[in-house]
Amino acid sequence: MTPARIMEGSEAIAEAVALARPQVIAAYPITPQTHIVESLARRVAEGELESQFLTVESEHSGASAVLGASATGVRTFTATSSQGLLYMAEVVFNIAGMRLPIVMTVANRALSGPLSIWNDHQDSMTLRDAGWLQLFAQTAQEAHDLQLVAYRVAEDPSVSLPVMLCVDGFVLTHAFEAVEPITRDQADLLLPPFAPWYALDPSEPVSMGTYAEPAVYTEARYAVHRAMLDSRPVLARALDDLAATTGRRYDPWLDTYRVEDADVVLVAMGTAAQTARLVVDELRGGGDAAGLVAIRTFRPFPAQEIRDALQTVRRVVVLDRAVSLGADGIVAGEVRAALGDRSTSVVCVIGGLGGRDVARETLRRAFEATEDGWIDLKKELVIR
Amino acid sequence: MATDVTQGNVIVANATGCLEVTTTAYPGSAWRVPWVHSVFGNAAAVATGVRAALRAKGVNDVPVIAQAGDGGTADIGLQALSGMLERGDDVLFIAYDNEGYMNTGVQRSGLTPTDASTMTTPTGALSEGNPHLKKDLLSIVLAHRPAYAATATPAFHKDLQHKMQRALSIQGPRFLHVLVPCPLGWRFESRMTMEVARLAVQSNLFPLAEWRDGVLEKVKRIGAPIPVEDYLTAQGRFTHLFDGERGEIERGFLQQIADENARRLGIASFGR
Repeated sequence: MTPARIMEGSEAIAEAVALARPQVIAAYPITPQTHIVESLARRVAEGELESQFLTVESEHSGASAVLGASATGVRTFTATSSQGLLYMAEVVFNIAGMRLPIVMTVANRALSGPLSIWNDHQDSMTLRDAGWLQLFAQTAQEAHDLQLVAYRVAEDPSVSLPVMLCVDGFVLTHAFEAVEPITRDQADLLLPPFAPWYALDPSEPVSMGTYAEPAVYTEARYAVHRAMLDSRPVLARALDDLAATTGRRYDPWLDTYRVEDADVVLVAMGTAAQTARLVVDELRGGGDAAGLVAIRTFRPFPAQEIRDALQTVRRVVVLDRAVSLGADGIVAGEVRAALGDRSTSVVCVIGGLGGRDVARETLRRAFEATEDGWIDLKKELVIR
Repeated sequence: MATDVTQGNVIVANATGCLEVTTTAYPGSAWRVPWVHSVFGNAAAVATGVRAALRAKGVNDVPVIAQAGDGGTADIGLQALSGMLERGDDVLFIAYDNEGYMNTGVQRSGLTPTDASTMTTPTGALSEGNPHLKKDLLSIVLAHRPAYAATATPAFHKDLQHKMQRALSIQGPRFLHVLVPCPLGWRFESRMTMEVARLAVQSNLFPLAEWRDGVLEKVKRIGAPIPVEDYLTAQGRFTHLFDGERGEIERGFLQQIADENARRLGIASFGR
């Protein structure tokens, strides 16, 4: 165990990125991702980190530059938020299709309009189908640890897929916490040097990003899907190794808290899950059998683990911090599908949008919800 | 030609377009050099990343080429191109300008010339074709002070080869603007491709020149200029300009553009 340091979430993330020694970093400024890349730029400027830091003119080019660099066989990093993620969306899909093990941190933020710089999960959720693994961290420590694990999983030859580490903007990125940093020796144990399948190299020419006729497109897409499913044991093994090396153990799929005998279980992702633990204890103290499931890995989606965790629970409330407008909360929809025709009642609560605080009272009300709805909605402000 | 000049020691980043779809139908590829395609508008940024990775690996002797059509250069790819030029990335960007979105069936681009008839700027009772100016791409590029910039066309093959060699011998951001007539989109017989390209140069609508660090260095002298009309009549996309009073005014306008090109480069214009 290394001594803990009080670190800003962004700094904890940047420190883990630096431990991975990406050779090319490209990023465009957007709140609240900025502190992560500023920290990396400073480390490069001070000579602490040897990396090509590219100040690109847009997120579209940032994603494109790390695509080009990764295709040329080096480890890369980028980070973004919100509009930035959507601006690079076509490249994000492309990166997965090309099986490039790029790691990107998304400081989760609401989408415009109206313009909001504050936290929710709509940005990452909107790109959930892109072919990237999506990990949601609950604390700065976890973000620090998963950041390194992300490289290990992405670059594993049986996976070779990009990984998106999702962290709550401001709530995680700008908050100060005690973090036990991974040491250089531990990092080198956990993350071997990047050895790509192939790379752009004149001595062994390959064509990457080719055109597919209908006769082969389906198979190319299936291969990406298959790789995503095959990442499951790789992620589990990487987290086992992390535990063996650092003593910090994370379930690869989800955290369960006081679920065994629970009457009602809240499903949440990200920092809200930490607050929800406190609320579970409070409710238990008052005689209510409450529990919590915190989803850590949203892609690949842990349907079986969710079924197992909720098998004896009668009522489930899903806190969705993003919404598929006109349909449903996105996490709730997937939890419902995972549970199938079980008699469990699944209630979708949409809340914590655009930075509205997910306070203990919010979550207490969420636990009480018996029908789908938008929590804490100020109906008098809704213009139709 | 670029792959010949470099003898295969090159990495190519390609934008989406007919060059890409006709040469790389999965699982095959016509490319004998390392080649990467991502999306339409990002060839310059992908090339930036390739160059950065090579730098990180300590590889300094492999040229990086980005290539795109006029859309992937001057419209959807302009921002990425500007970023690449402004950062001073050591990349040669080659624009193959066929003056329209030909891969998608002949629609107008920012480099389509004034009055050209395309599927999205058709001629009609109220239309003489494309109402806009051909974007002055070279001036935009030159404002970034690239290490090298040049215009070329396959009609002057030796000149093109010379510029390709020169571009590859220089370090820093470089730009080659190649006019490539499109028989389908410009409506002429394929065998006339070189002739049409030659007329574009001779009429001063596409003069051939070289710039170093944003400063004009050399203009190719090609003998007495010809009237723009000789170029226009060689193609179907301007036929409507030879039918009525309005067309005559438009022809005069296109001649003015050619004359202005000549004036700016200090070369002779038609009839002067």
